[in-house]
Amino acid sequence: MNEEQKKMAVRIAVTAVITIVASVLPDSVYGGSRLLHMLPYLVAYVIIAHDVFLDALRNISRGQVFDENFLMAFASLGAFGLGVMKDAEYTEAIAVVLFYQVGELFEDYAVDKSRRNISELMDIRPDYANIERDGKIVKVAPDDVAVGSEIIVQPGEKIPIDGVVLDGNSSLNTVALTGESLPRDVAPGSEVISGCINMTGILRIKTTKEFGESTVTKILELVEDASSRKSESEHFISKFARYYTPIVCFSALALAVIPPIVRMTVLNLAPEWSNWFYRALIFLVISCPCALVLSVPLTFFAGIGGAGRQGILIKGSNFMETLADARYVIMDKTGTLTKGVFEVTGVHHSKISNEKLLEYAALAESASSHPISKSLQKAHGKELNRGRVTDVQEKSGRGVIAKVDGHTVAAGNDKLMSELGIACIPCHQVGTLVHMAIDGEYAGHILISDVVKDTSKEAVKEMQDNGIDCVMLTGDGHKTAEDIAKRLGISKVYSELLPEDKVKKVEEVIKSKRGKEKVLFVGDGINDAPVLSVADVGVAMGAMGSDAAIEAADVVLMDDDPLKIDKAIRISKKCMTIVKENIVFAIGIKAICLVLGALGLANIWMAIFADTGVLILAVLNAMRALFVANV
Amino acid sequence: MLIGGNAMKTQRYKIDVDCAVCAEKMEEAAKRTAGVDDAVVNFMMLNMKVKFADGADTREVMDRVLENCRKIDEDCKIYF
Repeated sequence: MNEEQKKMAVRIAVTAVITIVASVLPDSVYGGSRLLHMLPYLVAYVIIAHDVFLDALRNISRGQVFDENFLMAFASLGAFGLGVMKDAEYTEAIAVVLFYQVGELFEDYAVDKSRRNISELMDIRPDYANIERDGKIVKVAPDDVAVGSEIIVQPGEKIPIDGVVLDGNSSLNTVALTGESLPRDVAPGSEVISGCINMTGILRIKTTKEFGESTVTKILELVEDASSRKSESEHFISKFARYYTPIVCFSALALAVIPPIVRMTVLNLAPEWSNWFYRALIFLVISCPCALVLSVPLTFFAGIGGAGRQGILIKGSNFMETLADARYVIMDKTGTLTKGVFEVTGVHHSKISNEKLLEYAALAESASSHPISKSLQKAHGKELNRGRVTDVQEKSGRGVIAKVDGHTVAAGNDKLMSELGIACIPCHQVGTLVHMAIDGEYAGHILISDVVKDTSKEAVKEMQDNGIDCVMLTGDGHKTAEDIAKRLGISKVYSELLPEDKVKKVEEVIKSKRGKEKVLFVGDGINDAPVLSVADVGVAMGAMGSDAAIEAADVVLMDDDPLKIDKAIRISKKCMTIVKENIVFAIGIKAICLVLGALGLANIWMAIFADTGVLILAVLNAMRALFVANV
Repeated sequence: MLIGGNAMKTQRYKIDVDCAVCAEKMEEAAKRTAGVDDAVVNFMMLNMKVKFADGADTREVMDRVLENCRKIDEDCKIYF
């Protein structure tokens, strides 16, 4: 609690104590004097209500009639007046203001707390960058570091700017960015992203972006902006609030005036002014829509913050609403369900040891920069001595022939083999084949294929279990696509698509959906900006470091784990449930109290519950949205 | 939706306001101000995003926005 909140807490406590003591003291203490009896209540009333009255007067002078201070001041003053005139009962008057203040205090505290919570969650803003000047390390503002500068990051510090490691080995903690607690190892040449925490070794980094363009800045901007795109529920609440207060206030006025007059003139009964006045006061106490106006955006704010902690950046509460209604999830294959990097997945029919065959293949292809050559080198895993390779002949579109350790090695596709007149063994698995021939004799083949992510199958199953239709799109051939889809359990596959075909497919799905059902598209953010924007929600995955993807998508998954797709949907569903609960609960209780109040079946205490009680319960419920780790 | 293009100027300002209802009212007041095309107040982040009409002098418009907001909530602040 801050100073102001503490002061208010003290005022509330003092008022409560005085009121309780005064009400339990036997009347004999006052010697029958009504004035003396009123005195302690009056003191308590002034302590708790003076600022409400001052604010009310100030706002009234500006023509703000439906100001909540004024309504509360009027309601409590009315109750106090009834006490003076009738039964010397003042606790209700004090309770109206007392609980109004409790509500305000709680609201203040809860909002502060969740603001702080979320800024802690998003505590990735680096305060400084270390640069070397005359052999000494100096701290400068990250903004002042030019692209291409060298910065030094010590263990325990945040990487302030995106860059490439020049020197040093370390592990990075990316938990604040991705929610992934496993550290990431980096070595010279690794690209590093701002916002990660350097854990073990000193790193010397060459910056590749300005601070303003770095990942950390992009993310923080996105978070700042996030809850400013309002959802349907928030628009509903704004509209509701605009009409609710005036309607309740005019009803209160009508209730205070019309029934007594009707009783007097038409029914020839006693008007019972004070009875109807009391009912009107109940209306005034319930007239503030605070619980709703606060709890709905608070829920979205907490939900977006909680999701952010899991590495799921949702750009606005409107997208949360859409995610919750997701019925179709269309996924791009490469980069989303598969790693998008080609790896050696098998060595078959090898006449020599598999390692030896890989080594020869890697050496023969070592001059090439083709992705296949890179995956061969990676699978081989050892330093290559290029001196062992001579007479390299690149056979464009077919492969390569080279002399390795004096042997003639041919590595390439079946066309190359048939050209050389060598019979090759086809493979029953799907992927790119590198056939090998050594000294004119077939030596086996190496299978290279895109690897399915470890969690893809589970992710698809989770979504299907939740009633979501999964669709896979790819530019690859039918055979590869069918093979991967079958392994993942996806029945709807569209293959050999050009980028514009993908847009058409997504549009087709959107046309086929019914009612409120929503269509998600998930891609890796590279080259699929048009598709991202066509879908109801565009999700970019593995976006860490790709600011183009962060820009184009509505939801950004910082790491490339497909399990996060369903998680984002579940978090959104949880938030929407809370929002609906709060709307129904708050409006429901208020409506019930208004009806009971009009019928004379409610008292001020019930009205206080419908106001402050509902506010506190709704806010507590909203705070649940923050805890989404195990949704 | 692309906010912050060159044609239309959009700016975000830090604000200070006590309650969610007041924030709603501030948004209404800002939207009504001449020279403002659209405004969104984000109570949770305590900021206000203002989309200015073409050719508006942002400084002048923001003076008017603050004046209008003060009318409904004297204690509110906009930092610009």
